[in-house]
Amino acid sequence: MNSAVKSKDGAGIDFGRALKDGVLIGIVAFALLGPLVGLKTDQNMANELILQNRLGLAAILSVIIGVGRFLLSAFIYPWIAARGRRSKSAVTLAELEARARVTRGLSVTGLVFLFVYPILIISLFGVQGSIKWVDNYGVQILIYVMLGWGLNIVIGLAGLLDLGYVAFYAVGAYSYALLAINFHLSFWVLLPVAGILAAFWGIILGFPVLRLRGDYLAIVTLAFGEIIRLVLINWKDFSGGSAGISSIPKVTLFGIYSFDMGASNSFIKAFHLSPSSAYYKVFLYYLILLLALLTAFITIRLRRLPIGRAWEALREDEVACRSLGINTTNTKLTAFAIGAMFGGFAGSFFAARQGFVSPESFIFMESAVIVAIVVLGGMGSMIGVALAAVAMIGGTELLRELDFLKLVFGKDFNPDQYRMLLFGLAMVIIMVWKPRGFVSARQPTAFLFKRKTVSGDLVKEGHG
Amino acid sequence: MTTSHRNWDSDPVLTVEHLTMRFGGLVAVNDLSFSVGRGDITALIGPNGAGKTTVFNCITGFYKPTTGMMSMRTRDGSLHLLERLPDFVVARKAKVARTFQNIRLFSGMTLLENLLVAQHNPLMIASGMTILGVLGIGGYKTHEREAIERARYWLDKIGLIDRADDPAGDLPYGAQRRLEIARAMCTGPDLLCLDEPAAGLNPRESAELNALLLSIRKDDGTSILLIEHDMSVVMGISDHVVVLEYGTKIADGTPTETRNDPRVIAAYLGVDDEEVEEIEHELDETTGSEGGRA
Repeated sequence: MNSAVKSKDGAGIDFGRALKDGVLIGIVAFALLGPLVGLKTDQNMANELILQNRLGLAAILSVIIGVGRFLLSAFIYPWIAARGRRSKSAVTLAELEARARVTRGLSVTGLVFLFVYPILIISLFGVQGSIKWVDNYGVQILIYVMLGWGLNIVIGLAGLLDLGYVAFYAVGAYSYALLAINFHLSFWVLLPVAGILAAFWGIILGFPVLRLRGDYLAIVTLAFGEIIRLVLINWKDFSGGSAGISSIPKVTLFGIYSFDMGASNSFIKAFHLSPSSAYYKVFLYYLILLLALLTAFITIRLRRLPIGRAWEALREDEVACRSLGINTTNTKLTAFAIGAMFGGFAGSFFAARQGFVSPESFIFMESAVIVAIVVLGGMGSMIGVALAAVAMIGGTELLRELDFLKLVFGKDFNPDQYRMLLFGLAMVIIMVWKPRGFVSARQPTAFLFKRKTVSGDLVKEGHG
Repeated sequence: MTTSHRNWDSDPVLTVEHLTMRFGGLVAVNDLSFSVGRGDITALIGPNGAGKTTVFNCITGFYKPTTGMMSMRTRDGSLHLLERLPDFVVARKAKVARTFQNIRLFSGMTLLENLLVAQHNPLMIASGMTILGVLGIGGYKTHEREAIERARYWLDKIGLIDRADDPAGDLPYGAQRRLEIARAMCTGPDLLCLDEPAAGLNPRESAELNALLLSIRKDDGTSILLIEHDMSVVMGISDHVVVLEYGTKIADGTPTETRNDPRVIAAYLGVDDEEVEEIEHELDETTGSEGGRA
């Protein structure tokens, strides 16, 4: 570290120091590897225990480690330090503004692109070929965008680390599935019902939990997510257990047209289209797009209302909030409830899209992915969260298409098995490169003279 | 001295009676009684660890006192028993606002936003508990504009109007202190409790602070209770000084009275035990003659 400090002052790279580091680490490595790698016990033909001397291998490994450390000390650490210094000092207001402009431009183009995306895909790949791109990529990503935006209210704005968000997703999905099958209600009636039920569960969870902070809050919300899942598995009469619920009715076009082939008011028959599920997928795409945009619209409005400001103030300093007469419990509960409500919306959409729900879909991994989307995107930033969802979900989907890697690594190489590894690596790299997420700067909710972007360094992350 | 007008006895805004706060075996505040006069600037002073901030935390509802009663009479004449209220109700209903010893601003929010958060409760009602606000109906816009005007007034008053749209965390220390006071004032309090407002200020900033506090009292009629170590603030602007030592009140009176009180001098400067006994002996005689002041 010392070498990095020195080179910071413009003295160049301190090779002496780096060399010393390298030699020292090499010796330490050899001391460790000598017994661990250098000596190996084995059996010979006569079943006798013999000692194999592999000190040469240990020495080679130690040299590699020493050289690695030398390179780190000499080049990598000074480079990181220089980068950190530059990014700290050089982010001027003008740069922040420029970035904010880019973000705004991105959101407008993004929006236009999202609306023409299915048309574009159909014209490129044909009706049947579009299914993969509209459904696996478009719909899948947009579900996570919506979930990310919903959780963003809880984590990004109110600063409450909720690791059990998938529970509300599950509540929404099962609400739709059960009510649609048992009471034959339409999706359009059940969508708000699912949202309300999820919000209700958000409040139920919130009451006992919100007196906890930080890690404890995270643990209890995590447990809540698991409880919901385990109840769904074990309460077989209610939820069908691990077998789940199948043949959930599809969404109708406001009850006018059905997307079931056999139905009398079938959309495909009415418009004399060739039978394909692609039309339903496109419809679902626009449905989830509108739901996601509704989430964004309401969140943006809420941010400019006192409740939204109170959420952000709560993230910044809870004690100060209470000293200003803000009921922090209610404020947290509303954040939980509204976040949960959007989770519920997304859940009922998910159930309608899949036609099948089972507890399998609501494991902790889902919560973790949504939290990762929010953190990666930059907490509190809508566009950042959307980008992160594209990167995370689109990225994992794209990694399925890595067949060309077989050319590099040989025929036996199966890229699917490396998906999570590559994915984890990418996450680590992104977090090193942008520790506060893609878009860390904060847009103020009100201004007197001029809207100035607030640098992410000043914005607190909240501690539960 | 006995004839001087004691506003805090005749028209108290806050009366603290027999306040005791124990943390396990530690008695932080011991049977403390004092009053804060309406429209007065009252200073609560004492050496480090005397229990001043604990008193503040009890008054503002952050601690529940072990025993004691604190009654706050707001401008509209209603009486609030602070020990029974949760902290946010103390600020909302009993109209007691406070600042903190270690500044607690919303550093990632702009100055204007800080002052708008302070007006949360009236704005919340104006936005129809959010529901009307989301739908864009009701008069929220007008109320928000009024709130912004109020914020502008306070930004102007603390001389930070030019930095209204900068994040609060970017301000220099002295400005942050002033902003915290303005933020507390935006809640429209009857009693403003300031925990060491002059800590870390240079003499010029300290003088500006005095002027600000005097103008708050004059223009808004808000009573001020402050903890302070800076004697130029205490002696310069306060009408009433209460001195604590080891959680017990050792003096209570006008600045001149307390300044000359031998027990206060002893507490601040520190004297030999013998001398303390001597002084206490003298003091018993003097207080006895004054007639039940303490």
